[in-house]
Amino acid sequence: MFELIGVPPAVLFGQLLLGLINGAFYAILSLGLAVIFGLLNVINFAHGAQYMMGAFAAWMLLTFAGIPYWAALVVAPVLVGATGIVVERLLLSRIYHLDHLYGLLLTFGLALILEGVFRSQFGSGGQPYPNPLPGGQNLGFMFLPNYRAWVVVLSLAVCLATWFMIERTKLGSYLRAATERPDLVQAFGVNVPRMITLTYGFGVGLAALAGVLAAPIYQVSPLMGSNLIIVVFAVVVIGGMGSILGSIVTGFGLGLIEGLTKVFYPEASNTVVFVIMAIVLLIKPAGLFGTAK
Amino acid sequence: MLVRAEETTGTPAGAPAAARRPGGGATFLWLFAAMVAAGMVAPFFAYPVFLMKVLCFALFACAFNLLIGYVGLLSFGHAMFFGGAAYVCGYGIKTLGLTPELGILAGMAFAAVLGSAVGWLAIRRQGIYFAMVTLALAQMFFFFCLQTRFTGGEDGIQAIPRRPLFGLIPTTDDRVLYFIVLALFLAAFLLIYRIVHSPFGQVLKAIRENEPRAISLGYRVERYKLVAFVLSATLAGMAGAMKTVVFQLASLSDVAWQMSGEVVLMTLVGGMGTVFGPVVGAGIIVAMQNYLSGIGEWVLVTQGVVFVAAVLLFRRGVVGEIAALVTRARARGES
Repeated sequence: MFELIGVPPAVLFGQLLLGLINGAFYAILSLGLAVIFGLLNVINFAHGAQYMMGAFAAWMLLTFAGIPYWAALVVAPVLVGATGIVVERLLLSRIYHLDHLYGLLLTFGLALILEGVFRSQFGSGGQPYPNPLPGGQNLGFMFLPNYRAWVVVLSLAVCLATWFMIERTKLGSYLRAATERPDLVQAFGVNVPRMITLTYGFGVGLAALAGVLAAPIYQVSPLMGSNLIIVVFAVVVIGGMGSILGSIVTGFGLGLIEGLTKVFYPEASNTVVFVIMAIVLLIKPAGLFGTAK
Repeated sequence: MLVRAEETTGTPAGAPAAARRPGGGATFLWLFAAMVAAGMVAPFFAYPVFLMKVLCFALFACAFNLLIGYVGLLSFGHAMFFGGAAYVCGYGIKTLGLTPELGILAGMAFAAVLGSAVGWLAIRRQGIYFAMVTLALAQMFFFFCLQTRFTGGEDGIQAIPRRPLFGLIPTTDDRVLYFIVLALFLAAFLLIYRIVHSPFGQVLKAIRENEPRAISLGYRVERYKLVAFVLSATLAGMAGAMKTVVFQLASLSDVAWQMSGEVVLMTLVGGMGTVFGPVVGAGIIVAMQNYLSGIGEWVLVTQGVVFVAAVLLFRRGVVGEIAALVTRARARGES
């Protein structure tokens, strides 16, 4: 085996793949945050908890109802998205007229509730979820597990489909218009409140989908969301929330950088995203794809 | 009236203050005297360690309130100043053999330096981004504390001795230490009151209400924000260092994001932008934690429910709502 800068290629590419997968989760979650923030003006702090709920929904569907992974891939996001719709109707819709900070505080409380409930029911330990695609391909320079390849392909597809829907379809143009001027869009006869509700449900569903994808890779644990969401916030600060493609690129890119850091300087792998955030704040405070307001 | 009307409406929503009343200084003096009296007699009725915990968190919440209540900046990372100072103070007392007052000063100095660096970065963004930036930087500091040697990793710094204050006054007795902590708290509380009601504090409130106008009036808004941030961080550090002296422990939970969330909750429940609100809020939340500590994970759920209820039902907080009631009653009496 040849070595690359003193690192066996299997290790390097293995970590890069894991970085790409983490990057896929960053991309899906920051995408959802950006879509929700655009229309609701709420930073959804519960996003991490909803990602955790997606993983738990898949686990519970399998454990208690015997519903396999492939069905859970659709059912779990729909179920969790439905809880998001209830939350939006009951709670969030009451605070749109207030400062953005109250949305953050409300969803932070929601995240605490969700995490606390799941911790009291399932403990802080993780629940294993069987790998639906065992085995893998030997690519010569590395071993590619089938499931990990599937996660990368599917998340890329989901990200691009979301981008296409928002930037290239009629529904998306309504959405973008309502982000700019909800009052005018309403005047044209579009039911904006319903659009807001469905958008929140969609964003939450995206987070839950990432959770289902994560379940076979990481253990299903009540704590899996809270640590992730803080990194995703840093990703959002780095990328800015103005651009859909921007959040996708930033998410995958930061995942890759994190993977590289794990190979060459593992002590910094937890903090590298935050360091990059600090550097971006120094050089381009509005974020890489953001516009200064 | 507990606080001036303008302060009760001074939530980050930036609602225009409808009823601005002059004065309020006399009311503050009465209430402050009542708080001092309550602080003096409390240890004869309640467990001193519990009361000291309340005082430490009350100071923490007051320091946090200096930012959210008077500058309108929501920091979601104040645990790094609280916990960072707790570590430095604990290390200084245990390993370097510092006396408590020097340990607390060392903790405050550390929090001030850290606050300058973090504030300098974070004030480049406003509103919601400011909250996310402070949260992320605090998480970075958390990982630093987890990995570095002197914090003791998962164990934290334990069994920190209670050395005599100034090398003279023994602090091993909880009652004695209580009165020291009470004196420190009251001094810091008065300092915050003085800051808020100084010309500097007026500029801060102007920035909160309308930042572009403050800029157009020629104020260097960035500098004011940074100074307020460093003051807030330093006082949060004082609270963390005092907590270390009281509990003889500095641990990872002091720097975790949950701690940042707790101080937000205390201030929100008590009343953002009110002078006494954070003290009341800290009392409520600490009492709630003590009372509920037997039911484990449900503490988290209860805190979440209180958060949601506070945002939906009483955004002005306990003190803010009472003040608004009193103001309304007076207005009715006058008309």
